[in-house]
Amino acid sequence: MPDVLVLVDHDGERVHKSTYELLRAARRLGDPAAVVVGTPGTAARLRDALARHGARRVYAAESTEADEFLGTPAVDALERAVLDLAAEAASPAAVLVSATTAGTEVAGRLAARLDAGLLIDAVDLDPSGVATQIVFGGSCTVRSQVTHGIPVIALRPGSFEPEEHPVEAAELQLTLPPVDPAASARVTARRAAVAGDRPELTEAAVVVSGGRGVGGADGFKVVEELADALGGAVGASRAAVDAGYYPHRYQVGQTGKSVSPQLYIALGISGAIQHLAGMQTSRTIVAVNKDPEAPVLDLADYGVVGDLFAVAPRLTREVAARRSTG
Amino acid sequence: MSGTPLKDPLDLLDIASVLSEEEREIQATVARFLTDRVRPHIGEWFETAHFARELAPELGKLGVLGMHLDGYGCAGTNAVSYGLACMELEAADSGLRSFVSVQGSLSMFSIWKWGSEEQKLQWLPRLAAGEAIGCFGLTEPDFGSNPSGMRTRAVRDGGDWILNGSKMWITNGGIADVATVWAQTEDGVRGFLVPRGTPGFTTQDIKQKMSLRASVTSELYFDDVRLPDAARLPLAQGLRGPLSCLNEARFGILFGAVGAARDSIQAALDYADSRVQFDKPISAFQLTQKKLADMSVSLGGAALLALHLGRLKDQDRIRPEQISVGKLNNVREAIAIARECRTILGANGISLEYSPLRHANNLESVLTYEGTGEMHTLVVGQALTGYPAFR
Amino acid sequence: MNIVVLVKQVPDTGAERTLSEADHTLDRESADPVLDEINERAAEEALTLKETVGADVTVVSMGPDSALDAVRKVLAMGADRGIHISDDRLRGADVVTTARVLAAAVRTVDDVDLVLAGDATTDGQAGAVPAAVADLLRLPPLTHARELTVDAGRVRVERETESGETTLDAPLPALVSVTEKINEPRYPSFKGIMAAKKKPVRTVGLDDLFPDADTAGHLVTRTRVVEAVPRPARAAGIRVTDDGSAGRRLAEYLIAQKLV
Repeated sequence: MPDVLVLVDHDGERVHKSTYELLRAARRLGDPAAVVVGTPGTAARLRDALARHGARRVYAAESTEADEFLGTPAVDALERAVLDLAAEAASPAAVLVSATTAGTEVAGRLAARLDAGLLIDAVDLDPSGVATQIVFGGSCTVRSQVTHGIPVIALRPGSFEPEEHPVEAAELQLTLPPVDPAASARVTARRAAVAGDRPELTEAAVVVSGGRGVGGADGFKVVEELADALGGAVGASRAAVDAGYYPHRYQVGQTGKSVSPQLYIALGISGAIQHLAGMQTSRTIVAVNKDPEAPVLDLADYGVVGDLFAVAPRLTREVAARRSTG
Repeated sequence: MSGTPLKDPLDLLDIASVLSEEEREIQATVARFLTDRVRPHIGEWFETAHFARELAPELGKLGVLGMHLDGYGCAGTNAVSYGLACMELEAADSGLRSFVSVQGSLSMFSIWKWGSEEQKLQWLPRLAAGEAIGCFGLTEPDFGSNPSGMRTRAVRDGGDWILNGSKMWITNGGIADVATVWAQTEDGVRGFLVPRGTPGFTTQDIKQKMSLRASVTSELYFDDVRLPDAARLPLAQGLRGPLSCLNEARFGILFGAVGAARDSIQAALDYADSRVQFDKPISAFQLTQKKLADMSVSLGGAALLALHLGRLKDQDRIRPEQISVGKLNNVREAIAIARECRTILGANGISLEYSPLRHANNLESVLTYEGTGEMHTLVVGQALTGYPAFR
Repeated sequence: MNIVVLVKQVPDTGAERTLSEADHTLDRESADPVLDEINERAAEEALTLKETVGADVTVVSMGPDSALDAVRKVLAMGADRGIHISDDRLRGADVVTTARVLAAAVRTVDDVDLVLAGDATTDGQAGAVPAAVADLLRLPPLTHARELTVDAGRVRVERETESGETTLDAPLPALVSVTEKINEPRYPSFKGIMAAKKKPVRTVGLDDLFPDADTAGHLVTRTRVVEAVPRPARAAGIRVTDDGSAGRRLAEYLIAQKLV
């Protein structure tokens, strides 16, 4: 079985769940080989966890400056690993990374260096290397494969369930070239994501909107909490804006903003024509409304007839719980 | 049963294809600006009778103000581009288009055409940038269609002038930094530039309007206003001065009306497609289609007429009676379209959520100002027969 | 300083996008092409630098003839010159080819100090292109910037992604990609629109950018679409009446749909 290189996401102490997903996907194609890029000693700390999820090799690509530059050490490490394996006539079957912002960039840079085919944001991967992507705001499913070079595939986090698969892992050293400071971006400060700093309404993958049913400005707290749990933006219907519950710039609809997120959750919005016009191209629509006759329920992929103040906080807790185990 | 409607049903005749790339870009830029900055608020502004003064410098930055004039900070576009900008502005709201028309075609044009070099340098760059606002005082409480009867009078006092009288229905009056005021003098009608704050010059905004609510309409009062001779527009003498300015403004109007009509039809088309009665969209009913078809025929004709007159103007060949044809036809058709669109919207049509009734109400003013339909009819009548029938 | 802005024209996001039946590439005929808004923000940043520290701004766009409109648009906003990369062989270009071609175009501009791009375009999920261009040009990639400062030969950005904020610093020359939060792009002024016609635009093809490559050597894509199927239209959805469990069941639904 050929090796499948997996770039490990970690915080120096723990492996991120997305990496376990990559390891599981990698097993469909060959023997997972985990590449740990970090300061000296990191790979040793992560090795057992990686072996438990099927990593047969753990490459330690370590240097004291590995954390100081954006992406470059990871791209260097993966390139080195691919070239080393190729030199042994054992080219890897693929390189897998998480389709996070940083992972996607590493994938692009690596593919450019290797002159290799790149598949971004795959949601599935079959043993022949065919990847499934969902494109055009969810309107189309595309299955593609790499036809040139070592496939570099960025997998959308959450597409695979992690599965333990304990094996023995060999640790190998991978020598990183010194970073060229003239060709690299130095990280001079880091701050964790600030709560309440939500994405732009029109750009967000998730939008949670409140309507007149929210009942007042205070009620929008449940809308905001669900949006924050989902990493989404907050929207409002015209009725809610007119009633002064929420600022105008968040209005979704014909006279507000048109949105087309992956997920649109309408809380206490009846679904007047002018509101529906601004959100009906959303990929998945969820609606919670007390009124079983509310037009929005006819459009929803998942409609709940019920009190948003009961349903939304519960959903927020469930989502937050899932996120924290991730 | 459903089919695929035209990609752009509002340009049934593909008039866009005979515009230059530059004209299309200018039109698209204005449309985008309005979508971002005006459309989300215009219903509310109309309801609360609010003129968004902060838009003036933004319009100035785009180059909208006095755009068809050359030099002095003006963009210097052709007349068709100016018309297309007016079309988009009026598709948003006639009040905003009125602001732009008065600023560019009445205030700025009067200075540009009839002013001294000092007056141009003093006022045009600031007016073009939207840093200053201008208005134009011709109409009086008792003299609308008959400006030659005006009572506002300027008399010599040594080297100065003393101005007395009042002007009515003056767009931008209450917010203007400078007013172009037309007055009787010993040697006929003369124009004066009266800066805001000149002693004896006061304004009173007209409230309780049912039309052009998103723009300022005022009465101007002149009570022994002393002006230096340098305030006089040196090159204008007689009614030809103000009437030349009105022709400029009317040119913008005959494009603007097309915009208001188009926006009304858009609202009606969208609504008719989403409004279901008797289990199908009302756009699938013959009576609705007849309305939509008739209106689109009329809209296409109005747009072609506007474009034709724009091309004539760009060749410097346009005649006043041709502008009368354009204003008469296009405003008349536009108001009929806006009202018909309201019927398609049913009860929702009376809500400010939808534009047609707002446009129809605005167009009541547009029908009357810059020459009433009656006066333009008589201009055309005179052109056809040679007989003036005004009095 | 010399700035290159990379812009990409995309079909209007308001319109429905489809895949071409023939070869599964994005059917660009079926929607009105518009300048991707994120590119306008990249252009705005370049023009702000032009106004504050002085810069010569070159705009580069790759695509069919209509991509020229994207170049003109940025010229109308105030850029100085344009490069339009147009070559029928580039139809269906993948991320790597796109990055190589853009990098080659940047190399034709003398003494580039800064390359600016949008952080993602709305078609093709190709958020990787700016980073790949930087890598090929051996420039520091300061990607996903919501704030950009150029001072004393260095560039600093505030980078914002789903995993938090970082401050990045690098010497010039460098590549910066911007997020939608970085600024509000200006509208082209009428004077700018009229002046744009007179600004120089160079049209180049693959043979100009890669004069030494043999004609068969231009690999356009390294991937192949095996199958493309439209996802089914919105079916009648699930409807539940809350009995106290709807919140949990809704969470399960979202998890099953991979939305959480």
